[in-house]
Amino acid sequence: MGIFSFKGGVKPASHKAESTALPIGEAPLAARYVVPLHQSIGGTPRPCVAVGDAVLRGQRIGEADGWISAAVHAPTSGTVVAIEDAPMPHPSGLPALAVVIEADGCDAWIERQPADPAALGPDGVRAYLQQSGVVGLGGAVFPSHAKLSAGKAGALDELVINGAECEPYITCDDLLMRERAEGIVAGTALFRDLLKPKRVLIGIEDNKPEAIAAMQAAVAKAGEDFAVVAVPTRYPTGGAKELIRVLTGKEVPAAQRSTDQGVQCFNVATAYTAWRAVAFGEPVTSRLVTVTGNVGSARNWDVRIGTPIAEVMALAAPNPDTDGVVMGGPMMGVMLPDTAAPVVKATNCLIAHSPALFPPKPAEMPCIRCGECARACPHQLQPFELYWWSRAKNFGKAQEYALFDCIECGCCNFVCPSHIPLVSYFRFAKSEIWAREKEKAAAEAAKTRFEFKQLRDEREKAEKAERLAKAAARQAEKTAPAATASERPAPAAPGADVTTSATVAAPSPAADGNGDAEAAKKAAIAAALERARAQRASAVPRNTDGLSPARQAEIAAIDARRESATPATAPTPVASAAPAPVPADATTDEEAAKKAAIAAAMARARAQRAAAKPRNTDNLTPAQQAAVAAIDQRRESTGLASPAGATGTAAAPLSTDPHAAPASSPPAADADRTSTP
Amino acid sequence: MLSAIAVMALGALVLGAALGYASIRFKVEGDPLVDKIDACLPQTQCGQCGFAGCHPYAEAIAKGEADINQCPPGGEEGIRRLADLLGREFKPLSADHGVEKPKAVALIDEQTCIGCTLCIQACPVDAIVGAAKQMHTVVESLCTGCELCLPPCPVECISMEPIAEDIATWKWKYPVTAIRPAAATPLHPSPAQAA
Repeated sequence: MGIFSFKGGVKPASHKAESTALPIGEAPLAARYVVPLHQSIGGTPRPCVAVGDAVLRGQRIGEADGWISAAVHAPTSGTVVAIEDAPMPHPSGLPALAVVIEADGCDAWIERQPADPAALGPDGVRAYLQQSGVVGLGGAVFPSHAKLSAGKAGALDELVINGAECEPYITCDDLLMRERAEGIVAGTALFRDLLKPKRVLIGIEDNKPEAIAAMQAAVAKAGEDFAVVAVPTRYPTGGAKELIRVLTGKEVPAAQRSTDQGVQCFNVATAYTAWRAVAFGEPVTSRLVTVTGNVGSARNWDVRIGTPIAEVMALAAPNPDTDGVVMGGPMMGVMLPDTAAPVVKATNCLIAHSPALFPPKPAEMPCIRCGECARACPHQLQPFELYWWSRAKNFGKAQEYALFDCIECGCCNFVCPSHIPLVSYFRFAKSEIWAREKEKAAAEAAKTRFEFKQLRDEREKAEKAERLAKAAARQAEKTAPAATASERPAPAAPGADVTTSATVAAPSPAADGNGDAEAAKKAAIAAALERARAQRASAVPRNTDGLSPARQAEIAAIDARRESATPATAPTPVASAAPAPVPADATTDEEAAKKAAIAAAMARARAQRAAAKPRNTDNLTPAQQAAVAAIDQRRESTGLASPAGATGTAAAPLSTDPHAAPASSPPAADADRTSTP
Repeated sequence: MLSAIAVMALGALVLGAALGYASIRFKVEGDPLVDKIDACLPQTQCGQCGFAGCHPYAEAIAKGEADINQCPPGGEEGIRRLADLLGREFKPLSADHGVEKPKAVALIDEQTCIGCTLCIQACPVDAIVGAAKQMHTVVESLCTGCELCLPPCPVECISMEPIAEDIATWKWKYPVTAIRPAAATPLHPSPAQAA
C-alpha cells in the first residue's frame, strides 16, 4: 500500500488528548428539542407533523424534498409544540424553520424494523437511507444516498472511508472508531455492496493508534478485505480530495467529482449511521459531538439532534472565562452567535472559546506577498492573489484564480505572517459571487418572461384581429347569397324564366367571391375595425349608427326601392321584391311568372333568415355594393321605363357573364338597351 | 509618378474590396452594445427610467439619448457597471427617476382583492396569477419588485414587502480591518484566525 502525499498543509497543535480520556457519554434527555428541517445540503424537508401531534423517537417529522434532500426525524418521544422559525447554528444567527418537540421523558422508539438490503435492492436501499436521514456526518452533510450510485466512469476503483479527522480538538470520529468499529465496518460493507468498488480503503491519521487497532480488529472479525491505512498526520488530510490523493495517488481535478476518477468517499460516522438505519431500523436521531476547549471535562457525547447547544456545553462545565462557542474545529469552525441554537447533523464539535485559549490575533498587516499561503495551500491555489482580487471586489479575477477550488481549510490564515484573515475574504467573495449569479439568473428569467409576455400580447392582438376578420368574412359570405337572393327576382321577372334569372344572378356574387377575394377580405377587416370602433363609441350600438355615407346612401336606396315597390304590387308575390319590371315585360306567360314568384319568395325567406340580425346591406364588399347599386338602378330604370337610368358600371357585373346575354334575350335586350346609350 | 499612383490606386482597390467583403461576410446582426448594456440592467421592466422596459432603455443609452443614471432598481452598482462598460464617468442616481430601494416583492392583500385582473395585465413578467372575480396572488419567486401593479389596483390592496434576509440569502460580510490590536473579543466571527 503506497502512501502518497498532497502539497501544502500545516501541522497545528492537535489538542485531541483532552477529549479522548473519557469514553463516549450518553447526553441526558433535554426537556425541549428544536429540530431544524434544513439539516443537509439540498431541498428543505417539508414538515409532516402538526402542532399538538404526539411523536416517537425516530418518527419522521420532515419529508425529503427532492432527491438531494434527506428526511428529518424526532429525536425523542413527546409532543410537537411548535413549527416555527428558531435560531440556527449558523454564523448569520438568522432563524430557520424548525419543529419544536417537548419531550415526555419516556424516550420511546417507533417500531424499529431492520431492513434487508438484499430484498430492497440497490435503489430500495438508497431510498431507505434517504428516508432514514443518513447524510455525510463529516461536516458537509451531503445526503449519502445520492452518493451511493456509481459515477459516470462506471464501476468504482476505490471506496474511501474517511477516519482521518485532521482538525485539531475534534475527536468524535476517533471515539466512534474506538468504541463502535464493528458498526462502521458493517456500514462500509453496506456501501461496498452498493458501489461494488475494486477495493475499500479506510484512512485514519497515525495520531489515533487506538482507533486504527480497533478498526483493524473489527475488519478482521468481520472477515472483510478492507485495508485500514494509517496516514501521516497533517492538516487537512481529512479533506475528501486530500485523503483520496493520499490513499490512491489520484488527483481529482477542479470542477470534477471524485467518482469521475473512480473513487467515492464517506465519513466513518456516515457508514455507522447507515448501518444503524439498515440493521436496526434506527433513523439518524443523534450524533457524537466533541465538547472541548475551555471546559472542565472535555468529552465526546452522544447527543440527540435538536438539543440546545447551551445544554450540551453545560455537560462539560465550561470555565467562567468562556466567551463564546465555536461549532466545528478551530481551523474551519464558526463562532455561534446564539447558543440557544440546536445541535444539528453537521455539529461534530463544540469548542468553548476563551481569550486565553485562543488569543486574539494581532492586527492585520499589509500582504507582503511572501508566498507562505501558496506553499501551505493544499489545493495549490495562490491565496495572496485571491486575497488581492477579493479585497478589491474584482470577483471575475478571483474566479480566474480558481476561488471556488478553495475548501476554506484555513491553512493560509494559519501561516500568514501578516495575520490576514484570508478565508474571511474568500468567504465574502464566494457569497457575493453566488448572490450575483442568483441575481443574474433571476434577471435573465425576468427578461425571458417579459419577452414572452410581449410576444403573447402581440399574438393575442393578431389573433383577435384575425378572428374579427374571419367573422366579418363569414358575415360577408352570408350576405352574399342574401344579396343574390334579393337580386334574383329582378332579372327573373324581365327574363320571364327562372333558370335564366338564376344564371344571371349567380355569377355576380361568384365573381365577387373569387375575383375580388382579397378585396373582400380587406373590406371585411376594415368593416370589422369600423364595427369595433362603432361598438366602443356606443354601448348599445344600433346597426344604423356609424354608417358610412355610401352605406347610408345604399340604405336610402333600398328604402326607396321598398317604398316604390309597395304601391306597384302585382298579383304575384314577387311584387314586393321586384314588381317594377313586371309591367315592362308583360309578354311573359303566367306559369313562368308563378315559378319565378315562388323562387323569389323562397329566396326572400332565406335572405331574411340570413340577415335576421345584421342587415344584409351591411358590410358589403365594394363590388357587391356596386352590383346592388346596379340592380337598383336597373330596377328603377325599368320601373320608370326609362332607359337612361343605367350606367356602364351598373351593366358591368351582368355583362361579365358570358352566358347572360345569349341565354336570356330580354335581359340581353335590357343590357343592350342600357349599354347602348 | 504614374506607377506610384497606379500602385496606390491598386492598393486602395484591393483594400476596399477586402473591407467590402469583410463588411458583408462578418456582418453583425443587431447592436452588440445594446445587448451588453441590457445585460447590466436589472430586467425589472419597471419603466422608471422613462422607457418601456430595460431593452428600450439600453437602446437609448447606446444611442446617447438617455443617461446611465436613470435606473433606480439597478442602483449605484448598476450605474458603476454601466460607467465601466461605456467608459463614462460615474454619476449618482438621477432623483427624477426615483430612489434606490431595498429589494421588495409585491404582496396582495387577499381580503381586499376584488379580482379585477388589472394587476395581472400590468405585470410585465406574469408573476400574478388569478382570474376575473377570483382572488389574485403574487408568485413571489417571479416578482421583480417593479411596482407596476400598484397604480392600476382600484382597491389599493397591493403593497411592497421588502425581502428579508434568511440563511439561504445571507452573505459573508466584507472583513473589517482592525487598525489597532483587537480587544478581548475577536472582530471576526470566524475562529479560523484564532487557531
